[in-house]
Amino acid sequence: MKAINLDYTAAAPLDQEVLQAMLPFFTEHYGNPSSGHSLGEKPRKAIEEAREKVGRLIGAQAKEIIFTASASEANNLAIKGLIAGGRKKGNHIIASSIEHFSVLNQLKTLQKEGFEVTLLPVDSYGMVDPDQLASAITEQTILISVQTANPEIGTIQPVEELAALARENEIPFHTDAAAAAGWIPINVEKTGVDLLSLAGDQFYGPKGSAALFVRRGTRLRPLIEGGIQEKGLRAGTENVPALVGMGEAARLAYDSIEERPKKIAVLRDQLKESLFNEIPHLHLNGHPEQRLPRNLNISVEFVEGEALLMRLDMAGIYVSSGSSCTSQALKSSHVLSAIGVSAELAQGSLLLTLDKDSSADDITYITGQLAQVAELLRNMSPLYHQFMKEGNKNARV
Amino acid sequence: MPEYSEKVMEHFTKPRNIGEVEEPDGIGEVGNPTCGDMMKFTIKVKDNRLEDVKYFTFGCGAAIAVSSMVSEMAKGKTIEDALKITNKQVAEELGGLPGNKMHCSNLGADALHKAIEDYKEKQKVEA
Repeated sequence: MKAINLDYTAAAPLDQEVLQAMLPFFTEHYGNPSSGHSLGEKPRKAIEEAREKVGRLIGAQAKEIIFTASASEANNLAIKGLIAGGRKKGNHIIASSIEHFSVLNQLKTLQKEGFEVTLLPVDSYGMVDPDQLASAITEQTILISVQTANPEIGTIQPVEELAALARENEIPFHTDAAAAAGWIPINVEKTGVDLLSLAGDQFYGPKGSAALFVRRGTRLRPLIEGGIQEKGLRAGTENVPALVGMGEAARLAYDSIEERPKKIAVLRDQLKESLFNEIPHLHLNGHPEQRLPRNLNISVEFVEGEALLMRLDMAGIYVSSGSSCTSQALKSSHVLSAIGVSAELAQGSLLLTLDKDSSADDITYITGQLAQVAELLRNMSPLYHQFMKEGNKNARV
Repeated sequence: MPEYSEKVMEHFTKPRNIGEVEEPDGIGEVGNPTCGDMMKFTIKVKDNRLEDVKYFTFGCGAAIAVSSMVSEMAKGKTIEDALKITNKQVAEELGGLPGNKMHCSNLGADALHKAIEDYKEKQKVEA
């Protein structure tokens, strides 16, 4: 049976080159980078090379890169670390309402501790309005955090404009670029952000590899105290193979930042066209143009996402959904709700992320299978039968 | 995907009795798209027995399997016996449901009972 992964944002296989770069550091060059003797030399040098490469991917200097084990950790270091160690005094934080939970849940906790939090609304495409940011800023604002792009609907934010507003007001600006890094050109000097989170596993590096860019002069307090690894901002023996892997993945992503995303975007657009041509009552979620190249998010009207996911799984197609039944918390996607997608359409949402090895044949197969599955589930859906009875007289949006 | 039993997967893959009975004697609708699941049961009653039971379901794998199982369990039963079908029995017949999916089994029996109540109401009016 075919096996087509359309959930590459959840996990992607390592690039062969990445794997090869990592392997010697499990056995041959296994030393501890902190060692004073010769065994520490190779690993130490390898980490510094990886730091260079990760820095180059986002236009940062190597010394501004702090390695972490996940983008969630980087987001926590950015926000908690800045609040504990930052210079600016105040109690107000601004973020977008469609941030990742590793940002939103921290803000919830901070709110309980007495901080004021403003969550900026987004438009129906998921865009933050710079004017709304401008009017949310107060004397008390000590941090603004807006993602570079949304992992679920792919919408790319006007980060440069937002960061400029923060800068004018001398407020540190953090951006979660986990979904974007490696897929769209990023330059921290150009955008002027102070903190930026990225994850190696989002651009064919290993899981457990991530980093936080910390602009020189930005003061943070560490989450994990101990040794002086990572300039004292993250204690603990370095995961050398993972960091080497992230470095190599960053190099490959940087070298192909034009071609690779473009190639995938072409396939993504073909998939979108094919699906919308063949299957009635589909809806696109997110921005039609300002979106990540590998991201497609659609809602299949009248049906529920977990049933879609299970049926597609039986056909060897792996997708994810923003429906409440597919989430552990049984809540439908906060992102879809923030862009005004109705409860029914959020239940039928599918997130499809493609890969550089996705093919035109895959697109034909996926379209055929989703068409069948949608028809089958619609035929048992009370909403669909109601719609068919009422005809199009109550045209749905 | 949640860990579903073989029985759940079987009913999800090949759901029984999908549809709407013609000129139903009772209709029971429960749930809404916001909570994620919605079921509409229609029944045909003859000589105090559920001669036919059909349903339409919008929902997850568990919701579909539950609807299918409820329809099978109810078909041919007397009104009184069908009303005795409990949510717990449905879940048991399906070989159990994951903890966070138990609410789906509640909807199944509820929708069936609602259809039966609807039938009883109509009987009263006609009488």
